[in-house]
Amino acid sequence: MESFIEPVAAFFGPSWPLVWSLVKIIGIIAPLFLCVAYLTLAERKVIGYMQVRIGPNRVGPRGLLQPIADGVKLLLKEVIVPSGANKGLFILGPVLALGPALAAWAVVPFSDGWVIGNVDAGLLFLLAITSIEVYGVIIAAWASNSKYAFLGGMRAAAQMVSYEIAMGFALVCVLMISSSLNLTSIVESQGKGQWAEWGFGFLSWNWLPLFPMFIVYLISGIAETNRAPFDVVEGESEIVAGHMVEYSGMAFALFFLGEYANMILISALTSILFLGGWLSPVGFLPDSFVWLALKTSFILFLFLWFRATFPRFRYDHIMRLGWKVFIPLTLFWVVVVAVWVMSPLSIWK
Amino acid sequence: MDFQSVVFYFFSTVLVLASLCVITARNPVHAALFLVLAFFSASGIWMLLRAEFLAIALVMVYVGAVMVLFLFVVMMLDINIERIRQGFWSYLPVGALIGILMVVEMSIVLGGKYFGLDAMPAPGDVEEGYSNTKELGRLLYTEYVYPFELASIVLLVAMIAAVALTLRKRKNVKVIDPAAQVAVKRDDRVRIVSMPAEKD
Repeated sequence: MESFIEPVAAFFGPSWPLVWSLVKIIGIIAPLFLCVAYLTLAERKVIGYMQVRIGPNRVGPRGLLQPIADGVKLLLKEVIVPSGANKGLFILGPVLALGPALAAWAVVPFSDGWVIGNVDAGLLFLLAITSIEVYGVIIAAWASNSKYAFLGGMRAAAQMVSYEIAMGFALVCVLMISSSLNLTSIVESQGKGQWAEWGFGFLSWNWLPLFPMFIVYLISGIAETNRAPFDVVEGESEIVAGHMVEYSGMAFALFFLGEYANMILISALTSILFLGGWLSPVGFLPDSFVWLALKTSFILFLFLWFRATFPRFRYDHIMRLGWKVFIPLTLFWVVVVAVWVMSPLSIWK
Repeated sequence: MDFQSVVFYFFSTVLVLASLCVITARNPVHAALFLVLAFFSASGIWMLLRAEFLAIALVMVYVGAVMVLFLFVVMMLDINIERIRQGFWSYLPVGALIGILMVVEMSIVLGGKYFGLDAMPAPGDVEEGYSNTKELGRLLYTEYVYPFELASIVLLVAMIAAVALTLRKRKNVKVIDPAAQVAVKRDDRVRIVSMPAEKD
């Protein structure tokens, strides 16, 4: 690998760091889009089988080319800008919906050392980036100049801001016990302890000591990505499709891509923060990227499973769960963990 | 001019232009969005100073939370620009006076001997293992712990006051208790009545 890179680096000269970063970015974004495409197929197939249907099976062998066909269809459709819409912001909306979902991957480690930016404040960066995701939704909603879109956007803004707080507190617990904001060291700190030495690595991961926070983070993640059963943002039976109602063609596809990229991001983060990232669950198997992929796929399967199982929450129930259940619970648990870490009973020394 | 200076001047230009647009934009939603851009540029400048915690906290708090609620309110208001502009000329003398005063005060502060490139040089290279967040936390909870706790109490009082000022108890409000709704059993809602079949 080194002998291959060096002549290329010499060819680009001083602009090499820029080129190398671009190569790494494409190396993450391109597989991510492929995952997004096949996640849509997986969703339709999984929900299909859960409802005793077959799901898409016409395009390609066993329907495997369906996401490609969908993509081509959306690309060829006309993007209609409503006459009363604020044109610039109407275009900016979908861009801002997808942008943060991709930017967050800059600090996500895939394996030991496999990360674009191994920044010290990685967790903070993630919190900041995910907190600006809501702009895409509310800008799109306002710029569409439509009542349905606007109502959807208001709901979305309220829901995403509420659940962000609970997610933030759950992350505070994680960073307290690993005493680092760097995602790589958070993963590494989960591989230490008595259980890991005995070969039962999966018992030393954060999900066990922080079990309530793990559940809160997972549920808040579903609410944050506006997935069922928290999908009142789109609520097709009440407000048609929420903020996306005026969008067509590729502009709509960007929202769609953003939602699925966010799902993958939240799943990967849950795996990294609570399920030990690329660490192997048992002592006799090596740590590798495969474990992270498996864990992420499992969380993604949970997303699809929940969608097929639960009916949509009523809006006041969503707000109650966020503000009156999750935020007090996480606040209390932050104090409990802080005392635990400082007490002689601490298991993270 | 090295790379850092280019980045600095880029962020500063965007920051100044965006701030100008905040006060000149005719549409209040555009003004709020320009303010978001201004916060982003300011955070970029802080990042250049290696104050990564402050830079990210600025984005997280102001862009991620405060401005979202701002936009939320501004989008729902029905603002008539013409009516707001009516008193422009009569308010101009007072406004201009305050503006000039602020410019003078800021130039005194920035032009003084305690501020400037000699008094505050650019941060040098940091050693391995240095964490901006950790240092900041250590300072806040040791050297500056009293001012820090005092500030948090002031914020708490402001928060409670804001809630207390806007809280109004309405009579006859049709509030529902979701916990009671969730805990409901079939027997509470359904009554099975046995009736003899009707015969002709």
